[in-house]
Amino acid sequence: MPFIPHTEEETREMLDAIGAGSIEDLFDEIPAELRSSGLDKVPPGLSEMDIVRLMHERAEQDARTLCFAGAGAYEHHIPAAVWEITTRGEFYSAYTPYQAEASQGTLQLLYEYQTMMTRLTAMDVSNASLYDGASALAEAVLMAVRANRKSKSRRILMPRSVHPAYRKVAHAIVHNQNIVLEELDYAHDRGIIDIASLPDAPGDATALVIPQPNYFGNLEDVHALTDWAHGHGMLVIAVVNPTSLAILTPPGEWGESGADIVCGEGQPLGAPLSSGGPYFGFMCCRQSFVRQMPGRIIGRTTDLDGKPGFSLTLQAREQHIRRSKATSNICTNQGLLVTAATIYMSLLGPRGLERVASHSHANTAYLIERLSTLEGITAVFDSPFFHEAVFRFDLPLDDILRALAAQGIVGGVRLGDDYPELDNCLLICATETRTRADIDSFADALQRISGRLQSTGCPVKPKM
Amino acid sequence: MLIFEHSREGRVNAPQAPLTDQPCNDIPEALRRKHRAGLPEVSEMQAVRHYTRLSQMNFSIDTHFYPLGSCTMKYNPRSCNTLAMLPGFLNRHPDSPANMSQGFLACMHDLQEILKDVTGMQAVSLAPMAGAQGEFAGVAMIRTYHDARNDDARTEILVPDAAHGTNPATATMCNFKVREIPTDQNGDVDIEALKQAVGPHTAGIMLTNPSTLGVFERRIHEIAGIVHEAGGLLYYDGANLNAILGKVKPGDMGFDVIHMNLHKTFSTPHGGGGPGAGPVGVSQRLEPYLPVPLVTESGGEYHLLTQKSRPDSIGQLSAFMGNAGVLLRAYVYARLLGRDGMQRVAEYATLNANYLMVQLHKAGFDLAYPGRRATHEFIVTLNRQARELGVNTMDFAKRMLDYGVHAPTTYFPLLVPECLLIEPTETEDKTVLDNFVEVMKQIQQEAETDPEKVKGAPYSLPVRRLDDVKAARELDLAWEG
Repeated sequence: MPFIPHTEEETREMLDAIGAGSIEDLFDEIPAELRSSGLDKVPPGLSEMDIVRLMHERAEQDARTLCFAGAGAYEHHIPAAVWEITTRGEFYSAYTPYQAEASQGTLQLLYEYQTMMTRLTAMDVSNASLYDGASALAEAVLMAVRANRKSKSRRILMPRSVHPAYRKVAHAIVHNQNIVLEELDYAHDRGIIDIASLPDAPGDATALVIPQPNYFGNLEDVHALTDWAHGHGMLVIAVVNPTSLAILTPPGEWGESGADIVCGEGQPLGAPLSSGGPYFGFMCCRQSFVRQMPGRIIGRTTDLDGKPGFSLTLQAREQHIRRSKATSNICTNQGLLVTAATIYMSLLGPRGLERVASHSHANTAYLIERLSTLEGITAVFDSPFFHEAVFRFDLPLDDILRALAAQGIVGGVRLGDDYPELDNCLLICATETRTRADIDSFADALQRISGRLQSTGCPVKPKM
Repeated sequence: MLIFEHSREGRVNAPQAPLTDQPCNDIPEALRRKHRAGLPEVSEMQAVRHYTRLSQMNFSIDTHFYPLGSCTMKYNPRSCNTLAMLPGFLNRHPDSPANMSQGFLACMHDLQEILKDVTGMQAVSLAPMAGAQGEFAGVAMIRTYHDARNDDARTEILVPDAAHGTNPATATMCNFKVREIPTDQNGDVDIEALKQAVGPHTAGIMLTNPSTLGVFERRIHEIAGIVHEAGGLLYYDGANLNAILGKVKPGDMGFDVIHMNLHKTFSTPHGGGGPGAGPVGVSQRLEPYLPVPLVTESGGEYHLLTQKSRPDSIGQLSAFMGNAGVLLRAYVYARLLGRDGMQRVAEYATLNANYLMVQLHKAGFDLAYPGRRATHEFIVTLNRQARELGVNTMDFAKRMLDYGVHAPTTYFPLLVPECLLIEPTETEDKTVLDNFVEVMKQIQQEAETDPEKVKGAPYSLPVRRLDDVKAARELDLAWEG
């Protein structure tokens, strides 16, 4: 039932004031032939008690899994205070801070967020967020085309070690503007881009995208890649995992002069897995590119009395002012997720985030160690990694994943569809939330399943 | 005071991270961070107190009347949030296999079906993450449709001059030229100008109905005929369905594609500026191009359809399947309302807007379109006050904050000078609306007797008017202390 406070008497008084006989009269400008006959396919309304029951049943259906999938969405511990504060009505039910004086809470928080992101990435400026990591990469590509005035090619070098979904999203969003995303292969033994394989004369290109860690969890040689790109007149777009930055070189310090644009998925900073969203995309850049940045940006200024305060700034870049000439059509950001991320970063601090990152890394090292001892499972790459790794299975993955699912285990993300050379391979992740006991029970389950599949005469080589 | 000013080097908030250090010596030195990131080092209580205090500096629906036109700031029922945050939903990994995801997928499938009925369209994709991304999906589908027919002459998108800024910006992102269509004095699209503008170069038109002027476009059938006849398609910016839920369906008006802002009509939280959700609905001919993933059902089981099985799709717009948690909130809201509740939403949103419009008119304020019914919103123009008293719309808006009312949308749409776009929504009661009229009258009186007082407002908020010029000239976007 709808959330409408009117009594019958009030409704009558209001209609009298309007001079209308009935509510129906208020729709008299809509041509009769357009009036619809109702909403037959929408079910009748429920009471709160009924919907609570339905949603509990459905949530319960999907509950209590042990998850070893990562691939862009990571299960981290979220301190209780994060969503306790984030869902306060004053944050939850406010809107874009157009009336700055009545939105100082949101504005100051966003300014603090921007500060935290510049410190994490070692970049000059940050915007107030974009939709998610994938669309942030698309926006970074568009931004690079605007920012690199020396390049005329609209050609972006996009390594295959970048998340495949990010590459697809970037393509879907930028290809209408005649921007070409040119694939760069990775070294199939090491699972990272091989510097030696890069051409001496790459031709005119706008930017090189560098993922760190890359989709396989491996660490790219970011310094050499950055210098190579800059040496050929390209900008560097870094795609990074924010948690990893607590222990890895921040993109602002890559190579001789650092990355130019940094983007990525903010989800690891306090957003639950939640089926893939809402998350938030982050974007940072050099000071000199700030006017090319898409999305909301908050600035610190003063009021009439000289008191410090915060407001939306550089709005001349945005659609509500520039219309068809705007840097992007983006209007909202992901304010509530940024609220959660800001509180998350405050609660963890630099040392806490470092522990989250290093424990994730250590747990993954243990996972690699355990799984590598199992027959029929091999780690595919031998490179430094953050908190994910690729494993090849001798037995058919379909059967293994199905058997794991029956035991409530999400075994990882399969790679064959996006990487034919990694057919029957699984990308597996362990964050700080996967204890040694979890990893042991995962390894034990794999061992049992392999044993059973082999004894039931399952074909050893999967179908290609 | 910033959170950084509460920070002291070495303060740790131990319980919330793993309890021990863990060396990472196997990672090469050159790839490791040399100095700790300058994040704040505060206790849990300091953080909780700081952010609670910040929250208290906001106006919000939960604390204030927030009649922000075109944004539909209606009450966000608590159950929608509580139920979307059940552990089974929060902990579901986006790559979980379908057989471990039937509860979630059932909700998504039901929501797709509900939105199909609400819009009168053939098929719906929940993928876009916000209204602007829904617009992008819609216009990209129009482009793909023409491309698939090898019709490369269609280089232009028509946009009424009253349109939201995202419309022209979206058309540009899809590499279309934008041509503006003027509005006539009653707030309708200028049909003669439209006839002049269409031709073999017309890819489509982006329209909102009710328009951003707060009126219903009465000649929509004629407009649809003109554009379709020229070979163009009709895009419906359904940012706002609040006034027409169950009353009119965009599909019946002749639209080919529509996006919906679930954070408006379906009451998902605005969150200080997002997250939103912008599902798209399409007619038969655009169905193959819908963004993926889609949720499908066969034999009582639900699955996600990806580009593999939808090869003509414009593609994927997010890493996974859009703002799933927002979609869950909208689903709970839709089920609470039900079919009759949705109609009542449209009825009472319209009643509140018309009542407030009439009362403000009676109180002496000028309406932009006095002869028209309000839809879910309407426009007051303060042009006379600006001219005669030197007190403009911004001054009224800022003074309103002192009276505990969030200002309506100001200076939009651009073609009405000194305008306030006012949308009360169905969840406010008559007392709140009457109070708003009193506040407006009070400010009017102040403007007549003491204009400087209004021009100096606000006085009672955490800050007074901010220096936006300074903010843009002396950029301070991150704290350096």
